[in-house]
Amino acid sequence: MRNSSAAIPTIRAVLRRPPVAMVLASVYILGTGALVAGTPRSLPFFLLFIGSLLLLYYLQLPAWFKAVGMGVTLALLMPFFGTRNGFYMEVATQVGIFVALALGLNIVVGLAGLLDLGYVAFYAVGAYTWAIFGSGQLLKSWPQLSGIFPLGGGSPTGTAWFFVFLLVAVAVAAITGLLLGLPVLRLRGDYLAIVTLGFGEMIRVLANNLDHPLNFTNGPIGITPIARPPIGPIQWALGALGIEATPAQIYPVYFYFIVLLVVGIVITVTNRFKNSHIGRAWEAIREDEPAAIAMGVPLVRMKLLAFAAGASFAGAMGVLFSAKQFFINPESFTFLESIGVLTMIILGGMGSIPGAILGATGVTILNLQILKQFSLTLNDWKNAGVTILGYNLANLPPQLEPAKYERMVFGVILVLMMIFRPQGIIPSRRRKMEFEEAALEKEEFAAEVVDTVEPKAE
Amino acid sequence: MEWDILIRIFPQVLVDGVTLGFVYALIALGYTMVYGVLEMINFAHSEIFVMGAFVGAEVLLIMQASGALGSIPALPLLVIVLAAGMAAAGGLAVAVERVAYRPLRGAPRLVPLISAIGVSFFLQDAIRLTESLWRNAFFLTYPTIAFFDERIRLVATVDISVKSLTLIAVSILMLVGLSLFVGRTKLGKAIRAVAEDQATAGLMGINVNGMISLTFLIGGMMGGAAGALFGVQYGTINPYTGFIPGIKAFTAAVLGGIGNIPGAMLGGVVLGLLESFAASYMSLLSGGAFGAEYKDIFAFSMLILILIFRPRGLLGEVVREKL
Repeated sequence: MRNSSAAIPTIRAVLRRPPVAMVLASVYILGTGALVAGTPRSLPFFLLFIGSLLLLYYLQLPAWFKAVGMGVTLALLMPFFGTRNGFYMEVATQVGIFVALALGLNIVVGLAGLLDLGYVAFYAVGAYTWAIFGSGQLLKSWPQLSGIFPLGGGSPTGTAWFFVFLLVAVAVAAITGLLLGLPVLRLRGDYLAIVTLGFGEMIRVLANNLDHPLNFTNGPIGITPIARPPIGPIQWALGALGIEATPAQIYPVYFYFIVLLVVGIVITVTNRFKNSHIGRAWEAIREDEPAAIAMGVPLVRMKLLAFAAGASFAGAMGVLFSAKQFFINPESFTFLESIGVLTMIILGGMGSIPGAILGATGVTILNLQILKQFSLTLNDWKNAGVTILGYNLANLPPQLEPAKYERMVFGVILVLMMIFRPQGIIPSRRRKMEFEEAALEKEEFAAEVVDTVEPKAE
Repeated sequence: MEWDILIRIFPQVLVDGVTLGFVYALIALGYTMVYGVLEMINFAHSEIFVMGAFVGAEVLLIMQASGALGSIPALPLLVIVLAAGMAAAGGLAVAVERVAYRPLRGAPRLVPLISAIGVSFFLQDAIRLTESLWRNAFFLTYPTIAFFDERIRLVATVDISVKSLTLIAVSILMLVGLSLFVGRTKLGKAIRAVAEDQATAGLMGINVNGMISLTFLIGGMMGGAAGALFGVQYGTINPYTGFIPGIKAFTAAVLGGIGNIPGAMLGGVVLGLLESFAASYMSLLSGGAFGAEYKDIFAFSMLILILIFRPRGLLGEVVREKL
């Protein structure tokens, strides 16, 4: 890097100066923001705007400026664009949900090194916890319960029980994580992966079939309507400001802010975990389990804690998801979702918090926006009869729906990342150090030992 | 409780279970051979199986469209379908190994597993894409062949269709052939040597990469045959058909002792029987509260229980832990 022309270090050095970086970041945020505000349907501009978060992360800026920049971008500009184009709010909320899921899985897979292929089970547990209690579902089998709040749910102005159940679901999901963790403690590596996969499928099959003999989950039909968080205080506050807004206008922004808040909490918790003795214990287990035991890491407790912590994030997000969607069924909690979340953290970098955030954002936007946009564009071309390389697109068969090929996207990302950059786009600092150290050790080893001993995996 | 119903359906459930079990056994071979040699779960094996099923379906559908289907006798037809399915699946398995697993050899264990999951997902949609472009449909139905649908009466209340019988016969033939190949031939010995110790086998002049490719080829061919037979037996397939049979075949491989070829066969048949009985009897015994829809849960619970209490399976040797 350093050996290229002298101009590059100079530009870097200039960028390192805080005032220059600050101006640059502000101009970028406001500039892309203006572009999005001017053309609220443009996808490239929206992506550029999202890129400002990356810019804030990579530029050398004082911490307070980063905080203000992120705050302005996420808490002011984003909801503002959301009110102009509701789809952005939907995308941003989904991204937030997946960021939290990715951070949760990142604890289990990235930090503790336990490959969990059934992570979506905990998300399902959270979602069903609220869906069953926050809707009329239980009244179908037990009408005598009808007086008890929040059963019966469905009030248009929402219920404060939502927040209670956010905590309840965290606990329920964490307990489910412990229940999964206990029997699989002895398993390692790929066997653990298959067992967690089976566990994820079991939860989905249960959700699909627990509509008889007693109706808990309403089977494949799913549960609706699911109660939402209370809107009263928001309406009152907006009314005090003289703004008239219907629930349909308020809820998307409201959910966005709840998700933002929860994601903030999740990031803080993950950070605290990572930089504590618990995080170091997890990483020790990941790198070398026997050595970790020898150094006195309480293996059982640490592994269970990893499962419980990861699961609890998913539980909270499940509650948010079910309330936001108004409707859930088992189709939302398939193996595909688990692999989607895994793809996010592999892409970003296992064990890396910014990596997980970047991966979740990238993959979600790819799925929600880019694939759909591509599908729509292709359809337009097809209807217009555009010819590419001598092939008339009007001949494309109607079964071909490019938006449905998310598996292919996940597959390509996973294989390419594993082959070319297994540490991810933003590797965690410790991982990077480990890679460098390993390379260094290899050199020293080769210099000392002339005897060719093939270094074996593990 | 109507005990006589339970007894009356018993032979039929047994026959169905054995048929299903041999499908699992054929798929399980692919998992167990690759695990034996590379110690990795070839997660994409379920798509290799689906590949065989799709190629078999395409061969039959194209023949049907050209009118050749009626004029060819059933047995040569079966040979053609099996050969096509096996060739395609075997080739695909070798290609997958070359592209997605070989560059990762020697990496930490989870790395090739994640790559395999990626391949699996990619192949599912690749098959869907190809079929959508080619046929504008990705749910395919095997053309019915009258000969295979005939039923042979075994005893008064039990009959078995010719296709099930064919499936069982072909499977047994292949399993015996494979056992002989791995156990008695020089190439088989070379594969076993590579499984034992790659470095030493290499020093002895064995082409390690070649043997690994051969392992994938054989496993893939068995999977492809299973796919074609599965299609003939059960009729409809789609690109995502392979997932559940794949997981169950893996369960069968673990049940029999992973890396162990006779174990995979035994595990397959045992799992098929257990599942068949669970599916038929659970509903009867619980008065309809829990029915066949829980058979997947049953199989997964089996997997978890085996891995916890007897990870080496029925026939497996004690797994040594490499450090």
